Order: sequence, then C-alpha cells, then structure tokens
Amino acid sequence: MTLITVENLSVRYGAHTVLSRVDMAVEPGEIVTIVGPNGSGKTSLLRAIIGATRPSAGQVSLKPDLKIGYVPQKLHVDPTLPISVERFMRLTDRVSRKQCVAALETAGVPDLLYRQMSQLSGGQFQRVLLARALINRPDILLLDEATQGLDQRGSASFYQQIEAVRRETGCAILMISHELHVVMSSSDRVICLNGHVCCEGSPAVVASAPEYRALFGTGTGGALALYRHEHDHNHDHDHSSKEAAE
Amino acid sequence: MLDDFMTRATLAGVGVAFAAAPLGCFVVWRRMAYFGDATAHAAILGVALSLTFQMSIFTGALAVALIMALTVTLLAGRGYAMDTLLGVLAHSALAFGLVAVSFLSGVRIDLMAYLFGDILAVSRSDLLVIWGGAALVVALITWRWSQLLTATLNEELAYASGFDPKREQLILTLSLAVTVAVAIKVVGVLLIAAMLIIPAAAARNLARSPESMALIAAGIGAFSAVAGLRAAYVFDTPAGPSIVCVAAVLFACFSILGLKSRGRT
Repeated sequence: MTLITVENLSVRYGAHTVLSRVDMAVEPGEIVTIVGPNGSGKTSLLRAIIGATRPSAGQVSLKPDLKIGYVPQKLHVDPTLPISVERFMRLTDRVSRKQCVAALETAGVPDLLYRQMSQLSGGQFQRVLLARALINRPDILLLDEATQGLDQRGSASFYQQIEAVRRETGCAILMISHELHVVMSSSDRVICLNGHVCCEGSPAVVASAPEYRALFGTGTGGALALYRHEHDHNHDHDHSSKEAAE
Repeated sequence: MLDDFMTRATLAGVGVAFAAAPLGCFVVWRRMAYFGDATAHAAILGVALSLTFQMSIFTGALAVALIMALTVTLLAGRGYAMDTLLGVLAHSALAFGLVAVSFLSGVRIDLMAYLFGDILAVSRSDLLVIWGGAALVVALITWRWSQLLTATLNEELAYASGFDPKREQLILTLSLAVTVAVAIKVVGVLLIAAMLIIPAAAARNLARSPESMALIAAGIGAFSAVAGLRAAYVFDTPAGPSIVCVAAVLFACFSILGLKSRGRT
C-alpha cells in the first residue's frame, strides 16, 4: 500500500506560490530523492507532508497509522541546554535504553549514548538524529538536507548509512538534497522539483532529461560537467566495488 | 505562623522562585530573555489599569502581560527583528504605564512598590495568589515538558512527532504572563526577568540534563529568596533587589567553578 500520496498540492505563502500542482507518491521500501535548486519548494513539500505547512490546494494523504521518522535539516542545541544523547532519543517516544542502543547501532554510532549533544561532531550529530528517527521502527524516513554542514566525504558516508538502514530495516526513504552527484547513485527514483515537478524517474533518466539539464545546466557549464563526471565516477566506482564484493 | 511578615515574605519569594525556575530554563534555552522583560514591563500598564478600574493588581497585570505576550508572538517574524519589536513594545508599554499612573491623581500610589516589589507587605491573600499561580505554572510545564523540549529543539521535529509547536509556545507565553503577574509584589516589574534568568543560568554550570537544570534553578532561586530577605533584614536594604543580588553572586560563583572544571577536562 502506498505510504504517502501527494495530489495536486499547492503551497502559497501570502502572494508567493512556492509549490503548484505537485503529484507524487512513495511506495514501501523505496528510496526517493527530491532534488531542486534553492527556493524550489523542496522543504515546503516536506513540511506539507509532516503537517507543518497547510496546503492552499490539493492534499497529502498518509497510509493509516503511518509511522514517520523525521531527520531535520539542522537542529540547534543551545549551549545552555544540557542534554545527553539518551535523553534526547527518549524525548518523544516511550522507549527503553536497549532500543536506544539498537537504534544508535543501526545508525553507525553505537558508543554515544551518554555523551552530551553539545559535544558531538557534525557527523555524529546527524547520525544521532538518524538514530532518533529510527527508534520507533518507522515505515518511512524523511530527511531534509540531512547532510548540510558535512564535508563531501562525511555526506557520502552518511548516504551509505542510509542505504544500509534501508537494507536492514526495509523502511522507505524520502529525502531532499542538492548534492546531486552523491544522492543520485543511492536513489531508486529521483523527483526534480522547481515549484512543480519538472521530471521524475530513475537517476539515469532524470540526469539525462532536458528539464533537469536546463535547471542545473544553464550557466553552470563547467559545474555541470563536473557533476556529470563525478556522478559517472561514483556510479562506476560503486559498480566495480559491488562486482568485487560478489 | 503566617502572622509574621518575614515568614510571609519568605514563602512568597520561594513560591515565585519555584515558578520562575522551570520557566526560566526555557527562557534561557529559547533565548527569550528580552521577551520576559517585555512582558514584565507591560505589567506596569496593567497596574495602572487595575488602580483605575479598582480591580486586583494581579488581574490587571495578568491581562496586560498576556496581551503583550500574545502580541509579540503574533508579530514575531513579520518584518521586524525580534529584538527590535520587543524593544519597541516593552518600552512603549512601560512609558504608557508610567504616564497612565500619573493621571491617577486621586489615588496616591507608591510606584516604587511596583517597580521594585514590596515583598514585606505580602498579605495572606497575596500568598494564596502567588502559590496558586506558581502551582499552575509548574503543573503546566511539567505536563508538557517533553513536548516543550522537543519544540525548543526543532519545530519540524515537533510536527513530525504529531503536535503543534505553536501551541507549546502558547503554553510558555501563558506561563510567563502568570509568573510576571504573581511576581510583581515580590521583586517588581524591573527585576522579574532577573528571577527568571539568573537562577537558570547559574544552574547550567551544574546540570547534566534539562530536568536537573530546572531543579537546581529552583534550589538556587529559593535559596536566593531566603538569603536575600535575611540580608535585607540585617543590612536594611530593599528586599527585591537583595534577592536578585544573592542570585547574581551565586551565578558568578558557579560560573567560575564551571569554567575551572571545564578548563581541567
């Protein structure tokens, strides 16, 4: 059964239309990535899905009793707020310490339970956010630019972690990113957004779509070449490592 | 026992400290210090209105503090930066309040009593209001504790967990108005923000969890009230400011301790 269905969704802030007539859906177990330039409405779409933004038209329907794990873009822990990783993870869900440890293991940071949130590095922090989202065994993970502030290596390893999470738990993943080259290779489906859905499909299809190229290509000449190069490179690299593993 | 004015004053101070402690923690975490100030300054307008219409000071102050807090919440993020908005509203409310008081020619009121508090004049019924208000604030914050913390950390996280962070903000706003209204008699409108922020800030250096920070802040606040009153009695100093002075000295001590222990690790 489809987890999330977005039909004909429009979002308006005052006179400014951010999203118009967006249709999309997420099926169980798939990794869907939303890409788009700044101001393309990516975050608004995610906010509409979790109910933080009221749509001006259209609707968002969730599967009944859908369990959502949400990984925010950035979470600011004020230095005046003392809070341990364990306390943070048990904030919204009634969970045991054992479940916390298990979720931290799945997220790749098993030893952080007693650390203070304010002492974590950027990469550790994002993984703790991921662990918190995983703790109640969600049907779907929503990630809003979850690798912001991480360097390229950090974010690549974070996305590998996401793929591992999917393998391990089978949950669907809907994420937003502007790091096309990193994200493309780990997605089943890419939705290219710019106020509306420009194009949609497998990473390879989207990467060669004229709408996508128009969005990320014009005026960036060299940068596009770089993206494409890196994307090919990553793809080949993954491919060969997979072969090597087999 | 309640016949002694010192006992009543002490109980009043401790009551305010208990309400201010958990609320003060949120004020510090959410960087709303100026928000507390604005609400408190507006309360002087409430005092003037109470005297005009012969209501209880508590009712008038509560009403105006509430209107002020809601106005700020409503206007936040619409054109002006938060501190500009608060600066305009806080000081205009204070100015209008002072002007309004001057029109009350028939009534002879001691403005100083409302600006700096008059804790030694706390009556039995004041005590009832203070402890009733404090109990309400503590109950509200305890009830919504996890949700308030989540909303403080991240708004989207709150939505995704199935509750509205704006409602949590409203609970804090409401608690703030109640605390301001009950604290007027104890420390006065100019020093209410101090009772909110200083114990919480001092507790930060000793606390390892949000809950312990609130409890330690309550302890520091209560101790400041008791010791401050004692000092006011011994040295014949104004009571409200003496309480705040004790809290400030504790803050300085704990900060130095905190810096030292951090330096060692």
